[in-house]
Amino acid sequence: MLLKNVQELEKTINSELTSKIKKSTISFKEILVETDIDNLLNIIQFLKLNDNCKFKQLIDIAGIDFPENEKRYRLVYLFLSHEKNLRIKVSIDFDIEKKIPSIIKLFPSANWMEREVFDMYGIKFVNHPDLRRILTDYGFKGHPLRKDFPLTGFNEVRYSEKDKKVIYEPVNLEQNYRNFDFESPWEGTKYIKELNKKKDNEKKE
Amino acid sequence: MKKKNKTLNLNFGPQHPAAHGVLRLILELDGEIVEKADPHIGLLHRGTEKLIEHKTYTQALPYFDRLDYVAPMNQEHAFTLATEKLLDIEIPIRAKYIRVIFCEIGRILSHILNVTTQALDVGALTPSLWGFEERETLMTFYERASGSRLHANFFRTGGVHQDLPTKLIEDIGNFCETFPKTIDDLENLLTDNRIFKQRNVEIGIVTKEEALNHSFSGVMLRGSGVSWDLRKSQPYECYKDLEFKIPVGKNGDCYDRYLCRIEEMRESVKIIKQCLKNLPKGPVKTIDGKISPPKRSELKDSMEALIHHFKLFTEGFRVPAGDVYSAVEAPKGEFGVYLISDGSNKPYRCKIRAPGFSHLQAMDYLIRGHMLADVPAVLGSLDIVFGEVDR
Repeated sequence: MLLKNVQELEKTINSELTSKIKKSTISFKEILVETDIDNLLNIIQFLKLNDNCKFKQLIDIAGIDFPENEKRYRLVYLFLSHEKNLRIKVSIDFDIEKKIPSIIKLFPSANWMEREVFDMYGIKFVNHPDLRRILTDYGFKGHPLRKDFPLTGFNEVRYSEKDKKVIYEPVNLEQNYRNFDFESPWEGTKYIKELNKKKDNEKKE
Repeated sequence: MKKKNKTLNLNFGPQHPAAHGVLRLILELDGEIVEKADPHIGLLHRGTEKLIEHKTYTQALPYFDRLDYVAPMNQEHAFTLATEKLLDIEIPIRAKYIRVIFCEIGRILSHILNVTTQALDVGALTPSLWGFEERETLMTFYERASGSRLHANFFRTGGVHQDLPTKLIEDIGNFCETFPKTIDDLENLLTDNRIFKQRNVEIGIVTKEEALNHSFSGVMLRGSGVSWDLRKSQPYECYKDLEFKIPVGKNGDCYDRYLCRIEEMRESVKIIKQCLKNLPKGPVKTIDGKISPPKRSELKDSMEALIHHFKLFTEGFRVPAGDVYSAVEAPKGEFGVYLISDGSNKPYRCKIRAPGFSHLQAMDYLIRGHMLADVPAVLGSLDIVFGEVDR
């Protein structure tokens, strides 16, 4: 992919979709277009049908969780154009109450991808014909890729000799997963920062 | 009262020899005709993406071997390319060649497995016996380079782990001389075989348009006549300097996909031969001490080396913030990694784009109206490995 072509694409998009996109950036020769839920379908349709774009293939839909942000979730749609030999990323930020329009009508392959996002993040899609869990276990609760979901999960399974069947039990670990803090001690690691905060608060009181 | 609904529900799998792993298919049958197929996946889900978020970049790499475990190094390749893009480093030329050699070995590994097991699914036993002997040789090459037959963990950010022994390079060269004969033998058994053709020709046809709509890539796309290969169109490593052809199918059925795979194996052999011939000398990983660990011998006398070693194996290296998508042409199609870094030593998010996921999704479209006996044939030609579908 040539940088020149990517820049040209950015120009086309910026001139044709001025009001619909929030921002477009190029980094590492990849173009990222930021938009919002209301304009999502229009933009994707434009990208698929416009003669200078022809993004006819949906590569993937990636969900991302930013617990600190006001709009907590982000969806990134990755597209590929065979004709123009270009890739593009379209992203939207939103909070969990929002429902996202499904793009199955434009790209049938979005079906499972949206199901995966729903499974992993609990993000709901409007007009999706079959929004079921896909990768997790039957009867699974929670959304594993959210940052507040623990790495070890909540339940574990084992075969019980007594009951002669596979049973579910709460996770019981001999040793917890060790998550080291790699902040430099001179700059103050997390726990030191927390201690300092406490001291400051006490002083104030 | 007359029964209105004549369809019969059949549960195929999750443990079925022709399911190529743990696939559960709920089939709705009208007699022997499949009316609907609902694949249930996720029985091999191990939460790879979640685990990667808790590991440093070096520790995350081995998870990629466990995705498509039939061609491990191709997956590692996508991840290392993504990290290198974020770090903005160029790897030594010798490392590029070694990577390409092993990626093509991976392609042959995967295609042998697929072609022969698909033949097994439709009733031919001998190809798998012949093919697996060659796979064994190839896996010995993996072992001699990395120390393990399957889960290689050989690629590193900034190059590959170790240089290849001279004898190994020689042996790979010898293999390239003898292997085309085996492909001929396989073709003798299958290509004009009446039964094999009856089971595969005009089964599971995909048109060009549908292949694009269903996000197909790799052989699934080329079998339908779309000439698209990331090694040619968006070349990475040294593919630009290598000569090879992209085999393209005509009818988009299972038989064309089989032919594509056979031809791709021949092309892979050509690529390996060229790489071996032009293999440049030099280092195999970047000399930047902040990214690749120092030599073991240096640890005894160099303080600098000792510090780097300690830092790299405890904290790992930090990757500048940003997000990139990088994809490689894996044997099964476009394998991509969408990597988001927040500037720390661990990936913030790593979305894995597995080709098999979208291929299996199209199962319902492919199998509708076919007979029950065609299910294994179509499944075989989709080239599904559950390590990557379920992640």
